[in-house]
Parts: sequence; C-alpha cells; structure tokens
Amino acid sequence: MIQAIVFLPLLAALVAGLGHHVIGKTASKMITTGALFISAALSWPIFLSFINGTGEAGVVTVLQWVQSGTLSFNWELKIDTLTAVMLVVINTVSALVHLYSWSYMSEDPHQPRFFAYLSLFTFAMLMLVTANNLVQMFFGWEGVGLASYLLIGFWYKKQSANAAAMKAFVVNRVGDLGFMLGIFATFLVFGTVSIPEILEAAPAMAGSTIGFLGLRLDTMTVLCLLLFIGAMGKSAQLGLHTWLPDAMEGPTPVSALIHAATMVTAGVFMVCRLSPMFEAAPVALSVVTVVGAATCFFAATVGTTQHDIKRVIAYSTCSQLGYMFFAAGVGAYGAAMFHLFTHAFFKALLFLGAGSVIHAMHHEQDMRYYGGLRKHIPLTYWAMMMGTLAITGVGIYGVFGFAGFYSKDGILEAAFAAGGLGTMAFWVGIFAALLTSFYSWRLVFLTFHGKPRWEQSEHIQHAVHDEHHDDAHDYAHAHAPKADSDGTAGYHPHESPLPMLVPLVILSIGAVFAGFIFNHPFIYPEEGTAFWAGSLAYNAELMHAAHEVPMWVKWTPFAVMAIGLLLAWNSYIRNPSIPARFVATFRPLHQFLFNKWYFDELYDKIFVKPAFALGRFFWQRGDVGTIDALGPNGVASVVSGGSRLAVRLQSGYVYGYAFVMLLGLVGLVTWAMVKFL
Amino acid sequence: MGILSLMLAIPAIAAILCIFSGDRLARFVALGATLVNFALGLVMWRGFEVNGAQWQFVERADLFGRFQYALGIDGMALMLILLTAFLMPLCILASWQAIQKRVGLYMGMFLLMEAIVIGVFAAQDLILFYIFFEAALIPMYFIIGIWGGDNRKYAAFKFFLYTLLGSVLMLIAMIVMINTAGTSDITALLNYDFPTNMQFWLWLAFFASLAVKMPMFPVHTWLPDAHVQAPTAGSMILAGVLLKMGSYGFIRFMMPMFPDASADLMWVVFILSMIAVVYTSLIALVQNDMKKLIAYSSVAHMAIVTAGLFAFNQQGLEGALVIMLSHGVVSAALFFCVGVIYDRLHTREISRYGGLAINMPAYAVFFLLFTMASIGLPGTSGFVGEFLSLLGIYEASSFVALICATGIILGAAYMLYLYRRVVFGDLTKDDVKAMTDLNAREWAIMVPLAAVALWMGIYPESFLAPMRDDVAFVVERLADAKPAGDAQLAAPAVIAGVAQ
Repeated sequence: MIQAIVFLPLLAALVAGLGHHVIGKTASKMITTGALFISAALSWPIFLSFINGTGEAGVVTVLQWVQSGTLSFNWELKIDTLTAVMLVVINTVSALVHLYSWSYMSEDPHQPRFFAYLSLFTFAMLMLVTANNLVQMFFGWEGVGLASYLLIGFWYKKQSANAAAMKAFVVNRVGDLGFMLGIFATFLVFGTVSIPEILEAAPAMAGSTIGFLGLRLDTMTVLCLLLFIGAMGKSAQLGLHTWLPDAMEGPTPVSALIHAATMVTAGVFMVCRLSPMFEAAPVALSVVTVVGAATCFFAATVGTTQHDIKRVIAYSTCSQLGYMFFAAGVGAYGAAMFHLFTHAFFKALLFLGAGSVIHAMHHEQDMRYYGGLRKHIPLTYWAMMMGTLAITGVGIYGVFGFAGFYSKDGILEAAFAAGGLGTMAFWVGIFAALLTSFYSWRLVFLTFHGKPRWEQSEHIQHAVHDEHHDDAHDYAHAHAPKADSDGTAGYHPHESPLPMLVPLVILSIGAVFAGFIFNHPFIYPEEGTAFWAGSLAYNAELMHAAHEVPMWVKWTPFAVMAIGLLLAWNSYIRNPSIPARFVATFRPLHQFLFNKWYFDELYDKIFVKPAFALGRFFWQRGDVGTIDALGPNGVASVVSGGSRLAVRLQSGYVYGYAFVMLLGLVGLVTWAMVKFL
Repeated sequence: MGILSLMLAIPAIAAILCIFSGDRLARFVALGATLVNFALGLVMWRGFEVNGAQWQFVERADLFGRFQYALGIDGMALMLILLTAFLMPLCILASWQAIQKRVGLYMGMFLLMEAIVIGVFAAQDLILFYIFFEAALIPMYFIIGIWGGDNRKYAAFKFFLYTLLGSVLMLIAMIVMINTAGTSDITALLNYDFPTNMQFWLWLAFFASLAVKMPMFPVHTWLPDAHVQAPTAGSMILAGVLLKMGSYGFIRFMMPMFPDASADLMWVVFILSMIAVVYTSLIALVQNDMKKLIAYSSVAHMAIVTAGLFAFNQQGLEGALVIMLSHGVVSAALFFCVGVIYDRLHTREISRYGGLAINMPAYAVFFLLFTMASIGLPGTSGFVGEFLSLLGIYEASSFVALICATGIILGAAYMLYLYRRVVFGDLTKDDVKAMTDLNAREWAIMVPLAAVALWMGIYPESFLAPMRDDVAFVVERLADAKPAGDAQLAAPAVIAGVAQ
C-alpha cells in the first residue's frame, strides 16, 4: 500500500508531464488529481491506525541503490507514526491543492505541466518522509527543491519569477551543503547511513570528539549542527530565509502546498526524525532553540509591515516555523510535530483563501487596494476568518480552541517548562504571538473590512476597462475618478467557483477541529508516548511539566492575542490614519522592517556581487592575463624572439603541425626503443 | 582475433573506407561501424565476469624486442570503453547535417579516434599505451583545425602546445620504469614496487602529462578554447572521452604504481583541485559563451575527480570513476544541447537566446534534465559520483571536502543562470521565435543520453559492480602509504573502556 501512496503521484506526474500531448489537458489533470486523492484516501487509514494504537511500523525495500565499500543504501519506504503524520499532511493538502488548481489555473495554457510538477513535488516529498536512510532523505530533499524551483518559476516569462526560482534553489543548496557534510560525518562516525542504526548508536557517542576542519570538537554537536544547516535552508530559518518571500512569485496553490504546508516543514521533520541524535547534542539543541526563536521574532516583525497579501502570509509561515524549531530545541518534538500538523491545515487555508481573494480581485495582491470584500466574497471571508482564528490561537482553556490554540500553546508551555533557554524562547514566542495576532488581523481588516480602495489598483483598472470599455476613447474615462467615488471603480468581485471553495471548506474544518481532536495523542504525556511509539524522542516528563505550568503561562498567549487583535482593530478599523502616522514618526524602524532587515541588500553586497567580480577577475587577470600570457602565447613569442612566429604559427597550415606532431611522436618512440629497449 | 582487436579494427578499417568514399556513403559507413562497435561493447559487458579475473579478454602477441601487442581490460577499462562506444554513434548522428565540408575525412577522423581511444583503455603494454595516448591528439587536432570555428587555428595550436609539453616527460619516465622493472607489461608493473625516491620523479613526470589532459589548474586554459572552436561532436567527444584519459592515467599508473609518492604529494593534487573548483566555477558564472561556460564547468568537475582519487579510499575512487562516466555522458549531452541551438541560430552567445521553453518545449525538458544531472541532483548520475567522491574526500580531509563541496552551490548558480537565460524568459527576438523543436535525429541522440544519466543515478550498481574489485586493488596498493584523515573519531573514556 505504501508503494501505491508514494509512486502513484510519480506515475501521474510522468504520464501528465510527458504524455499530455497524447492524452490531452483534461485527462492529465484528472490523472494527477485522481492519483493524489487515492494517495490521500490510503494515507488516512494508516494515520488513524496509529492514533488507535493498531498501526505497525515497517520498512519496504524497493531497489538497491548504492554499494561502495562499507557504504550501502537502498531505496526504501519506511512507515511509522512520524511518517504517517506527514503522509496525511502531504497527501491531503496536495489533493486539495490539485483540486483547487482546476479553477485557479483554468486560464493558464500550460496546465498539464503545472499539475505534473505538483504531483512530482508530492512524490519527492513522500520519498523524503518515508526515507529510512539519510541519502534517500537527501534525495527527497533536493527533489522537492527541484519541484519548488520549477513551480516558483512556472510563469517563466516573468523575469522576477525566474530570479526567485533560481534564488530558492541556490540558497537551498547552501543548506544542502551542510546536510551533505553532515551525512559524510555521520557515516564516518557510525559507519552507516541507515537512520535506525544511527539513532540506536547515537546516545553512546555523547562525549566523544571528532576532527573537523582541523579542530577537535564534540562529535554529536558537529553532526547535528551540520544537518541542522540543511534544515535551516529548507525551512527558511534566519540567515537562509531570503528565498521564501521571493518564492511567492509562484502561483498561489504552489505557495499553499510547498511554501506553507509541506516542503518548508521538512527541516522540522528532519530534526524530529533524528531527535535521538539531537538529544545527544545539547549544544546543537541550544542552537536550534536560538535560531528558531530568532526566526520566529524576525519574521513576525517583518510580517507586520508588508503590503503584499502573500508576503504577509509567507513571513507568517517563516515565523511559525521558528516556533516549531524552538519547540524541537527544548525537546518538545511532539509539540513541534503537532504545530506542523495543525499549521499545515490553517496555513494552506490562509494561502488558498488569499488565492481566492487574488482571483476575485483580478490578480491584485496589494492589500492597500483591497478593503470591504467581506460582502462580495463571503465564503472566502469566513474561511480566512477560520484560518486567522486558528493561527492566532483563539480558544478558551479547558473548553474549546481553534487548531493553533492547542499546538502553539503546547509549544509555549513546553518551552516555559523546559526552563533555561526555553524561558527565553517562551518570551520571544509570546511577543511573536502578539505580532502574529496583529499582522493576521491586519490582513483580515485591510482585505475584508473598511471601505473599498480598489480604484487605485492598476489590475482593477484593467479589469474594468476590459469589461466595459473596448475602445481607446472610453479608456481615458475609466481612469477618471467616479463621481460617486465608492472606491470600487465600478468593479464587481465574484466569489470563486466550487473547486476552489471545496478545499477552503475542508481545510476550514481542519483549522477549527484539528487541534481539539488530536491534541491528546500528539502532546499529552502518556498518550503521546504510546502514539509516537519511539518514532521520535518523545519526552513525556517535559510534556507532563508543560501541562502543569502556572495558570498565567497558559493565559498569557490568549492575552497577547487579544492585545494584537485590539491593536489591529484600532489601527485599521477604528482609526485608519494611525498606520500612516506611525510610519511618519518611526520612519527608520519602519524602513528597517519594511526592507526585511536589509538581508537581501547585505547578501547582494557580500556574496552575489563579489562572486561575479571575482569570476571576472579570475577570468581576465588569471586565465587570460597570466596563464595564457606566460603559457602558450608567451612560449610562442619567446621562442621566436618576438611575436612573428606566434603570428605565423597561428595562421599557418593545420596539416603542417599535425605532420610535425605525428613525426615527433613516431620519432620519439623509435628513438626510445632503439636506445633503451 | 579477440573482441578487443575487433573493436580496434572495425573503426580503423571503416575510417579508411570513409576517407576514400563519397560524403553520403561516409555517413552511413561511420554510423554502421560505430553501432557495430557499440554492440560489441555490449557483448563484452555481458561476457565480463564480475568478481572474476582481474584482466579479461586478454590478447597477447610479441612484436619485436620487449615490445608486445597486449590488450586486456579490467572493470574500469570496460566501463570507459563502453562509454566511448556509446558516445561515438551519437557523435556521428550529431554531425549528420552540421558537417557539410569534407564529410569523408571528418567521419574518418572520428572513427580513427574511436579506435585509438579504445586502444588507450585496452592497452596492457606501456609503450603501446603511450602510442595510443599521444596518437589520440592527432584526429582531435584535425577536427578542431579543419571543421572548427573562426579562431580554430589558435585553438588547435594551443591544444597542440599544451598536450605535447608533458608527454615527453612521461615517455622518459616510462623508459626509466621499463629499464628498472625489466618489463613493459602493465599488469606486471602494477605489482612492482619502485624505490620510493624514484617514485617521486616518476610521479612528477606522469603528473606533468596527465594534469594537462585532465585538465587541472593551472594548465586548463587550452580546454575552453578547444571547446569553443571545435564542432559540436568534437566537443562531445573531447569532454566525453578524451578528458577521461587523464584521470584514467592517474588511477591506472600513478596511484597503484607510485603509492608512496602519491601519498607524499597528495596535497599538491588536493590544493590544485580545491583552487580549480572555486576558480573555474566562478569563471563559469561570468561567461557569455555557452560552450566556454560548460568547458569551465568541466574543469571544476574534473577537479572533484582528482580530489576523489587522492582520497585513497573505496568511496573516493568509485565516486571519481562514476563522475568520469557521468560527466562523459552529461557533458556530451550538454554540448549537444548547445549544438542543437547553434545549428539553428549559429551563435553561442547566451544573450542572443531566451524563451526557448515556449517554442522548444521538448528541448527544454532534456536540457533541464542534463542541467540537473550536471549539478548533481539525486536520482541522476551526477549525484552518485559527486556524493561518493566527496564522502571519500571527507574521510581524507574535511577541509578539502568542504572546499570541493562549494562546487555544488556554485555549480547550481552558473548552470541555472545559463538555463534561465537560454530557456526561460520571454520570446522577443524574431529569429529565436523561428527556431523549431527537436527533430527525429535529435530525439534519437537525446533519449539514450537521458536514459543513461537516469539509470546511473537510480541503479548505479550496474556500473559500480564491474569496477569494485579493481578499485579495491588500487586502494590496497595505497593502503600502506595512506595517511590518516583529519576527521577521525576519538571515543570518550567510557566507550574506550568498554572496547578494551
């Protein structure tokens, strides 16, 4: 069965991608979507069997891969609780995104290619989560990178999309370099790349040292940090995050599937999968905590200032990934996976909801030109509302909460209970929760509430022009402000068609109930131990302590959520002039945040530009200016005492040299034989 | 007549036929002969006994003096001969229409080259090897010099000067070896222990010749010029097979015959390799000429081969061999990709293209696959080679591995930048718009190359198995001389106590 789950999407991708000329557009879409729905339908029983405690872990070997000396690894599919959780997340979201794309991409001329890429991505992601050895995990790792590259650059006529795609791949490669070195070092230490064998031997390695770049360092710290660099790249953690916001150049369903629900969580999955290794490396865990908390804070601050609806959600994703990492860093792997699980539903929902808004607003993505959409697209509004309630963690302790309430609070409580760096992470997380609430409600208010501000939007102007005015004369009229000036520019947004709404409804159900239903097996001390069944280093004591934290710790997230909501309401509904005044007063701070802490500018200055400059320098000064000048060109001119021979050599007859060469060869060999043999 | 002699004779005879036959006939003769040779190669692969004798398909005949006609292959030679026989018919097909001038001579030169290159890999006598090794330059020299681009004479001259330089030293070293060991038989020399101080000089002499052929930094500058001027098929065979003669020399002669010197001088190789990876990758990033870009990337890939070889362990060597095979297929494919669009627009300038994904979708798919294989995406041949060799290098030195591994970042940067400028973007230029997608002949070349690149990535065992024992033999020869790596594990007191 697991073979079917993993390979159906690949098969569908190949058929749709290579055969769409033969089978046609609709068949390609049906095959890929159908395959994903089958995979999703097969995944849920597996997941539920693990929830019930009847699931059985196992490994299926598909094919031998590489055997070199003592190094050996195969293509294998592994199933255990951790994999089962990922299977439902990936296949459910992927199936819904496939369905959603039927409408969202309906006007695109290259739909089969799009669907084939989506299915290919799903396959690579499934290979990643079913990996039983580090190299297959790396295969999935880079495979999702390829699919992400292709999908970000799907609209390849746009230069900005191409640049973003390339940036995503190259920045991820920096992380992959760390991952690869991590695999090498792991193999050297354990003599295997098989994950179960490594995890079994890991605790005994605590305290040993290993040579690395001439230094002698703690073995497990080195291994875990190298692997974590890979996780940082894929999961867009601070320093290697710059590709994620740009990745929003891709079509919105892609953002929902890859850059929110699945691929970017691969880093969290990796840390959880290898958690027994990290448990043996306290220093590495501290780094994970600090990086996670820093990302959580950084991305939340940037998210408060962005205008583009997708970028706000992208920074939100980045920030939520930070939560997951510091949860893992304090040892609450169950909580990290739980947040991964709930986040997949509500973040995919938010992205698909944003796609529905963008669809309704004729490709306008700037929230400054939204407003008042509540009445026009009510279903989208309510879906986004569920997503927002979930991400901001609305809920009453002990009664009911939306999905994020359980998972985020679980993380914060565990961080608090862990103490030490965890306390720091707790407070950072609390502050980030305040910002999360603020930017999420800001998004809702700017988009759905207030008065329409559509007439300033070029996209809307084009739409209005296309609909009502066909000749150039009337076009000028469209730009003139309407007399009644209701801000709509005469544009009428429409609610999205059914294939887009169905996924929104299903994901809304997830965003509302996923936390409430599943919080016991994921993060309760005893039930968690049984559920995870050793597939990650589940710390029942920590989770027990997390449930016993003081009451104020449990209520603080709720309080900051309310403050964020009030702040957003005050700034964007009650008194919409506040944001402008705030920006005027704190211009440097706003600029700093709005420009994303200037990471892109910095990297451009210290990496990109110097690389090109060095390349030109090596080429012109090195190869041409030095090696050639002293080498072949030099030899020619020295021999002749001038450049005349060089000229003659260069313009002479080809046969001449060949003859000389042949004569030389024959002469040398003959001479050698006669003389020496 | 053994199968190896047959594989030498068929292209050699066909070459003569081609040179004296008409243009149209020459094409078919060449295609037929190379296909027959490839079929023979497959027969040989089938007949090759994995885990059998080290040398198989051995043929020996005394000629005069100590000089003997001795052929035979081990697994490494088998794979490189197969690579040659696989690429040759594709090269002939790639030249089918592109070459209109003196077709008979051209085809003759390719067939001659096939015979000579197979001779290089099959020779079991030192002198015989040397003759083949040097003779391989001559047809290549003609191919560049006659059918090359505008600046072909300069390129041919540079090629000639560089490659001749080291070969004299190598010949002298070989004579010294024969006189010392009393035999020119390679199989015997492989087990002969030369005095350590003599090894040092012999190693340097071989290095002078082989480093040029690789090519290694700083004697690599002939390669970009040669590629730029060579016709498409010339580039395919130059990158695909001729560059492999250098690394073959390393693994066949220098490492097993001079193990002490190899260990003493390993850092020379490491340092030059590290420089090459970073230096040529950065240069590749700023190229405007497609062929130059791929040529520089070849230098970077070959640098990982040399570093992998000098890791002195099973993974490093096997990885290096897989890169040799993979690069042979993938770089040939990439040069063919350039050739496809060069045939249509007659320029190699990257900025002249753009948006080809729109009117050449099938081409875009193949080009993407080979780009990914070149940057070592797992599942393609490039990954297996890069991964194994870097792992091997890591065992020898984590520092060298780190520097060499930066190639995976830079490689992604320059290849994707190339792909982006050529295939992505909008179609704006009229002449680019007029370009048509792959024709049947081009499909016939792309498909086998793509199939092998994927096969080698998904199930490399087919290629690794025949070479395993031969690599183990080389590693064994080096075992005593091999220094300890810098990444060694030191057990904590507790474990150490248990172990005792």
